[in-house]
Amino acid sequence: MDTVLKIILQRLALGIVTLLIVSVVIFIAVNMLPGDFAQAILGQGATEESVAAIRRDLGLDQPLVTRYFGWLAGVVQGDFGSSFASANAASFSGTTSGTTTVAQQIAPRFGNTMFLAAVTAAFAVPLAVGLGILAALYRNSVFDRATNIFTLTSISSPEFFLAYVLILFLAVLNPIFPSLSNIYDGMAFGERLNKSMLPALVLTLVVTAHMMRMTRAAIINLLASPYIEMARLKGMSPMRVIVKHALPNALAPIINVVALNLAYLITGVVVVEVVFVYPGIGQLFVDSVKTRDIPVVQACCMIFAAAYILLNLTADIMSILSNPRLRHPK
Amino acid sequence: MILWIAATLIGMGALAWAFRYAGQQITNQAPKFRDMPFGVAYGYVLAAFCLGWLVWAYMQGRSSDLATANKFFFLRIGIEGFIIFAIAAYLFRLAGRSIGTAWTRKMFREMPLTAAFGILIILIYAFVAIFAGQIPAKFIAYSASLGLILCIGLFLVGAPEKRVQAIGIVAVAFALTLAMYFIGPIAPYGQEQIIPGVAANITPGGDPALGGNPDFPLGTDQIGRDILSRLIYGAQNTVGIAFATTFLAFLLGGTFGFLAATFGGWLDQILSRMVDVLMAIPSLIFALLLMTIASVWAPRLGIPLTVFMVLIIAVIDSTRVFRLSRAVGQNIVVMDYIEAAKLRGEGFGYIIFKEILPNATAPLLAEFGLRFCFVFLTIAALSFLGVGIQPPLADWGTMVRDLAGFVNYAQFAPMAATAPLLAAGAIALLTVAVNFVVDWMLHKSSGLKE
Repeated sequence: MDTVLKIILQRLALGIVTLLIVSVVIFIAVNMLPGDFAQAILGQGATEESVAAIRRDLGLDQPLVTRYFGWLAGVVQGDFGSSFASANAASFSGTTSGTTTVAQQIAPRFGNTMFLAAVTAAFAVPLAVGLGILAALYRNSVFDRATNIFTLTSISSPEFFLAYVLILFLAVLNPIFPSLSNIYDGMAFGERLNKSMLPALVLTLVVTAHMMRMTRAAIINLLASPYIEMARLKGMSPMRVIVKHALPNALAPIINVVALNLAYLITGVVVVEVVFVYPGIGQLFVDSVKTRDIPVVQACCMIFAAAYILLNLTADIMSILSNPRLRHPK
Repeated sequence: MILWIAATLIGMGALAWAFRYAGQQITNQAPKFRDMPFGVAYGYVLAAFCLGWLVWAYMQGRSSDLATANKFFFLRIGIEGFIIFAIAAYLFRLAGRSIGTAWTRKMFREMPLTAAFGILIILIYAFVAIFAGQIPAKFIAYSASLGLILCIGLFLVGAPEKRVQAIGIVAVAFALTLAMYFIGPIAPYGQEQIIPGVAANITPGGDPALGGNPDFPLGTDQIGRDILSRLIYGAQNTVGIAFATTFLAFLLGGTFGFLAATFGGWLDQILSRMVDVLMAIPSLIFALLLMTIASVWAPRLGIPLTVFMVLIIAVIDSTRVFRLSRAVGQNIVVMDYIEAAKLRGEGFGYIIFKEILPNATAPLLAEFGLRFCFVFLTIAALSFLGVGIQPPLADWGTMVRDLAGFVNYAQFAPMAATAPLLAAGAIALLTVAVNFVVDWMLHKSSGLKE
């Protein structure tokens, strides 16, 4: 157990270091913008004095390194600064009480995105593993070929194509689900589920394919092993051979690909959220990219990167835990 | 609703049992039916049910009642498209088996139908992309002289049977280009052309009773440009830009990957750590962040935003190429023949280009196909979000975004909804085609026969 703990701590430390470097990259990228925040907030007609005043207020006259650590300290405490768009509004109305912080903007949307990801995962993971097992069981049959073609098609289609096809069939031609996911706080769970069903289905289609193919490949890989031969010779049914003998040993790659796809879910929702006007973090990100609301873009980037790194880390650790050979390295 | 589905599933279970029992009785316990698990029987019944439903839906789509026909219009088009493509792929494979050199004939003989479909689609796209607009006479002159140089070069060094092939290929390409020069562009109108006297938002279909115009079979967009022309030019712009980006990504990633593999040491360490950091940021997110910054810089520097997009996506995707080429290169570097080349006193250039590269072609080629798909989808997604290829260039992602609202009219005017779906489908078709070919190539090169 001691070595396991050590490995996990090592990976965790590595993850934190990666996140730090990523934050540096994002910070430098944002600071490559011409002009600075003060000019951006005040616009064209700003006088030198007011620009200087805002620079002092926001600490923009400090050197880059100081600013980075200031920003990082804020981020660690959950303070991402205040958004440009709201700062603009506040400067027009002449007050500062109306400014919303980036954190206030992001928090509810982050919850919505997590909800969408959770619903999708609840559909996709059982479906993918089940289909993968079936495809491995009936490999090279018509069923296997059809699933192969279907999954390849859904992996390689752009998300918005799948989204509009689903809207066409499930919302316009047969009004089963609403095509707009206008979710708000305090919505009943059932209604919320109904409204986020179409985006969840699109994401399921995108994600299932990859997971299913990996599950199939991982199981087929094991089927040539002597112990599977043994189980077969005992007279076990093919289904039992796969579920009882092959699946536990194929777990490591399956867990890995599930975690990777969940990472994709959190980051790849951008397009789907835009199509369905789902008020998640991806839509906020695209809107801020269009309005060049840099603090929000920066914060969203950090959150996406953190989620991505965290899930990759989880995949890493889970696959170590599920494999005795990695758990007890020689 | 749920009750109905459950009842149908249970009913199918009963049918499956009956099907197996009947099979056992009729064939007098033939092994196929005697040993059939219930799941397989159920699968047969399910498949028959699905097929039956598709046939029923197709007949509904052809019914004379307009409301019903509209409702199943897209399913009908989908089924017809599937069958037409399947037949086309079959004929293409048949043609490939009987025309061409011994090598290509063998290749087509081993090819599954999906791969034939993929190659056919890629060829069609390449044709449309190259000849979308009127080709300038200069282009013909250049390509002809290039072909001539190629032929002369082959005559000087090539083997005799290769000469015939090369001349054949060059002659066919030249004849095709010349023919297309006189036939004219495929697209009936220019991509930016707003035709005077033509209304905006003409419905596709060309039926005047439904608001169409026979001169514009796919209608016009919100400012009166011909959608068919823009779709055709989209092949040139979207596919061309994606191809250039992938090429650039390979140039960057491949060069640095092989350098890291051959030199090793600190160069390898620095490059690999840099790539690790870049790969820790999700690619679409990073591309969007950099595009925000580029969109501020582009007007100041006077460089089109599209150039920035190509560079940004090329750099982001080159990290993935770097990983692969480094891994492949490292496996090759430890081979004995590399050792021999080093002992002969060959330089690094010779080792990379003459020893490593030829042995890494197969995985790199497959990666090129996959990478092209990813780049293509990223560009389409960026354009769809409004920060990719900029107007007035015709581009499929932007077209989907601009025309998406028409999907909502599908119930009353199914043709109106086809325009955005065609643009999105054009993207999907190409990526699916490339994926089918890559899948087949990987299967073939890995020697998996199961």
